[in-house]
Amino acid sequence: MPKPSAHSAAGQFIRDYGMIFVLLLLVALFSVLTLAEQHPTGAEAGRQVADRIVDAAGKSAGVIIVTRDTAEDRAFSAAIAARLADLGPTVHATVNGSPADARRAIVAVLARGESIDAIAANDATSRWTVYGQFDGLSDALVVPRSHTWPNFLKMSNVLGVANQTAIYAIIAIGMTMVIITAGIDLSVGSLVALSSVAGALVIRDLGGGTEAGAGMMLAGLFGGIALCALAGAFSGAMVTAFRIPAFIVTLAMMLMASGLAFRLSKGASIPQLPESFFWIGGGVTLGLPNPVWLMIVLYVLAHLLMTRMTFGRYVYAIGGNAEAARLSGVPVKRVLLAVYTISGALAGLGGIVLASQLQAGDPKFGLMYELEVIAAVVVGGTSLLGGSGKILGTLIGAFIIAVIKNGMNLTNVDPFNQKIVLGAVLLGAVLIDTLKRRRA
Amino acid sequence: MTGAAAAIEAPLLQMRGIDKSFPGVHALRGIDLSLAAGEVLALLGENGAGKSTLIKVLGGAHRPDGGSILINGTPVDIDSPADALRAGIGIIYQEFNLVPDLGAWENIFLGRERSVAGFIRRGEERRRARELFDRIGVRVPVDAPCGSLPVAHQQIVEIAKALSQEARVLVMDEPSAAITPTEVEHLFNIIRDLRTQGIGIIYISHRLDEIFEIADRVTVLRDGEHVGTAPIAGLTRQRMIEMMVGRRIENEFPKHHHPIGEARLAVRGLARGEAVRDVSFEVRRGEVLGLTGLVGAGRTETARLVFGADRRDAGTITLDGMPLDIRNPRDAIRHGICLLTEDRKSQGLVLGLSVRENFGLPNLPEFSAAGVVHRGRERDAFDRFVDSLRIKIPHREQAAGNLSGGNQQKVVLAKWLQRNAEVVIFDEPTRGIDVGAKYEIYLLLNELARAGKAVIMISSELPEVLGMSDRILVMHEGRITGTIEDVPAASQQDLMTLAVG
Repeated sequence: MPKPSAHSAAGQFIRDYGMIFVLLLLVALFSVLTLAEQHPTGAEAGRQVADRIVDAAGKSAGVIIVTRDTAEDRAFSAAIAARLADLGPTVHATVNGSPADARRAIVAVLARGESIDAIAANDATSRWTVYGQFDGLSDALVVPRSHTWPNFLKMSNVLGVANQTAIYAIIAIGMTMVIITAGIDLSVGSLVALSSVAGALVIRDLGGGTEAGAGMMLAGLFGGIALCALAGAFSGAMVTAFRIPAFIVTLAMMLMASGLAFRLSKGASIPQLPESFFWIGGGVTLGLPNPVWLMIVLYVLAHLLMTRMTFGRYVYAIGGNAEAARLSGVPVKRVLLAVYTISGALAGLGGIVLASQLQAGDPKFGLMYELEVIAAVVVGGTSLLGGSGKILGTLIGAFIIAVIKNGMNLTNVDPFNQKIVLGAVLLGAVLIDTLKRRRA
Repeated sequence: MTGAAAAIEAPLLQMRGIDKSFPGVHALRGIDLSLAAGEVLALLGENGAGKSTLIKVLGGAHRPDGGSILINGTPVDIDSPADALRAGIGIIYQEFNLVPDLGAWENIFLGRERSVAGFIRRGEERRRARELFDRIGVRVPVDAPCGSLPVAHQQIVEIAKALSQEARVLVMDEPSAAITPTEVEHLFNIIRDLRTQGIGIIYISHRLDEIFEIADRVTVLRDGEHVGTAPIAGLTRQRMIEMMVGRRIENEFPKHHHPIGEARLAVRGLARGEAVRDVSFEVRRGEVLGLTGLVGAGRTETARLVFGADRRDAGTITLDGMPLDIRNPRDAIRHGICLLTEDRKSQGLVLGLSVRENFGLPNLPEFSAAGVVHRGRERDAFDRFVDSLRIKIPHREQAAGNLSGGNQQKVVLAKWLQRNAEVVIFDEPTRGIDVGAKYEIYLLLNELARAGKAVIMISSELPEVLGMSDRILVMHEGRITGTIEDVPAASQQDLMTLAVG
């Protein structure tokens, strides 16, 4: 019985998802390049400072807490106060403000004749010069321990990258399917704009704008997506029924959808959206931004669709050899129609998420998204010739581009140079694909 | 080999100890080959024996790992196709290297244009092209785009191109595969003529009849090794086959006769434009119906109409007395009709998909529930056919494009057998398939007939048609011009008479 050996299974993985090593390499590179001293603040750092005060000055110490007036610093000072209350030391004063506030507080505490054994501060407030004006106070400063950690790998940065990539990555699912059928969809950028405008219009004009309820918001959401799915289906019909090249059909759709978006919105942004609409693109669930959840769910579904389901097999077969697929009984036209419809619908979804994040529908949204998305698909190893490619490869491709952009921002690479680098990356990805093919 | 005397005695072309390995395959193991001026050498071997690799080494497409090539006794270095041309070696591959939109003269001089200050001397190129065609003895229109020329003419253009480059050695890779018997006769006259001009010709073909007709000597390769070289006069058909397959073949066409039953597939008044005109026939239970004729006679077109691959203008198709509504291949497949296309690479298989995935393509509804493919069921079903059809594959995730023609044909057959097809139409089932695999395909034809299927075999190879059919239909210009009921009594001449109208 023929069976693929373990060796060839590993080889297959590298052939399919070899790009993941490029991604890991980039992550390692930017981690090294952005290594920096990190000065923590916030609740966790606060508890640590409280413990160190007790260690240094004992359970009966007199303490004042000095932080700035920011949310993070307030969490920091609240955590210190709560912890100290448990452990014993007395907090004589808590400052959430400026050096002048700190000075007034210190003067007041000293005037009351209370001792200041420790000043709980963070990196920023410990640098204030106010303490030097009082004898021995500079030595009483207790700050959270600093440590070295790459700026790139800070949780806030990682989540930010994932969040910014999500919309591109979601649209790239449809694009991957289209490109595997040896087609292309240039209209997705315009469909993002059209969807955001259509969705916002439904909510503003039918739902009452900022007062709109959940029902109307859903109507706007699905309205935008449905309109774009329809546009995709139209492109698909042109491609299948009249055999017009997909490049031309979707180029025309790109113009028409953009024009329609400007017409519907009269060229202006539509910001009359309810606050709660922000939840879709800006909310956080279980620690992850909602668009990232959406991306994960859609990728899992698309991966299963393309690897486990009849539909996926048909998509690959059509891209590999449409005539052989037809003569094998594959419903070629139906599958192509579905693929362009999916691409349109996902672009529409991307437009709604973007409208939610930016709290507006706008005909200028989505500009050049098609190129960004095609780049992600190609970098992810899908061949423009059709017949081969992997959904998860596209996810990796989208992240490679996002990581390079983010890493260059963090290392202060000139934006003009960034474009040059991204162009070279795209070329390099296609070069690798071509060389791989030649060897096979 | 520097003396002038040695050079005069040396053959036109010598290949000595040519060795070539690819990752995992030792494709050529010390191959020797020699070709005299004015000689036709047939290069024989099954697919995968190394013929193509050897030719590519000669043509500069592959670099050999070892061995040498001598022209008139002088060693030459052939590192690129340009080197081969310079050494006087012209190769006409099975797939022609012609730009379809350019005329014959433009193709002949492509890359070597005669020009003055960058302007092409069109008049001279045309005149020279006509001279070349005169030399070959065929009037090919020099201005028509090559893509619009019949295949036989395109072949002439390729020959003219080689001659224009002063080729002394001409290699023809399966030149007869795509042209009609009359055109093959023409080609042979051209080859004989070139032979008298002192050109050495290496002729590759699977058709042994042709070898006997045209070749002076035969060199046989098997598994990358040189099995032997012998003058044609001392060889028999049987002996050549045995040299190629390395074992004795008792009977080239292992025909089994089964009791013929009632009509199963019946076609009435089938028509599409000029290609198929009022074609009616039936196929009976247990019968292999041969369908032959010249290329372009409408055989493939008829099959495509029955299968729904093209839309028919008129005609009814019934199976076991039930009229079928066939508008596309999906309808035909649903009714149990399948077509094994002539061109497996462009129509039969998705080369980039694995053999298992190709096998599953028409069978996914059976292997899936709610659109989810049950890959275990698919694998098990495929494995059964790998065993029963003796498909030779390293593993089932092998890309279909990397298989030999015989194994590709078996994979295509497996996918239709899984559908439990009742009507199996083979279009040139053994084209490009080596002798050993041909034999197995013939056994499968027998097996299908025995199982009561209606089997149609379209073929241009008359020995095959005569050897494997229970009944033969001959087509000419879209019509059926004759039916041969008593196959054992018929001759190739009988078929040809009907085929030319």
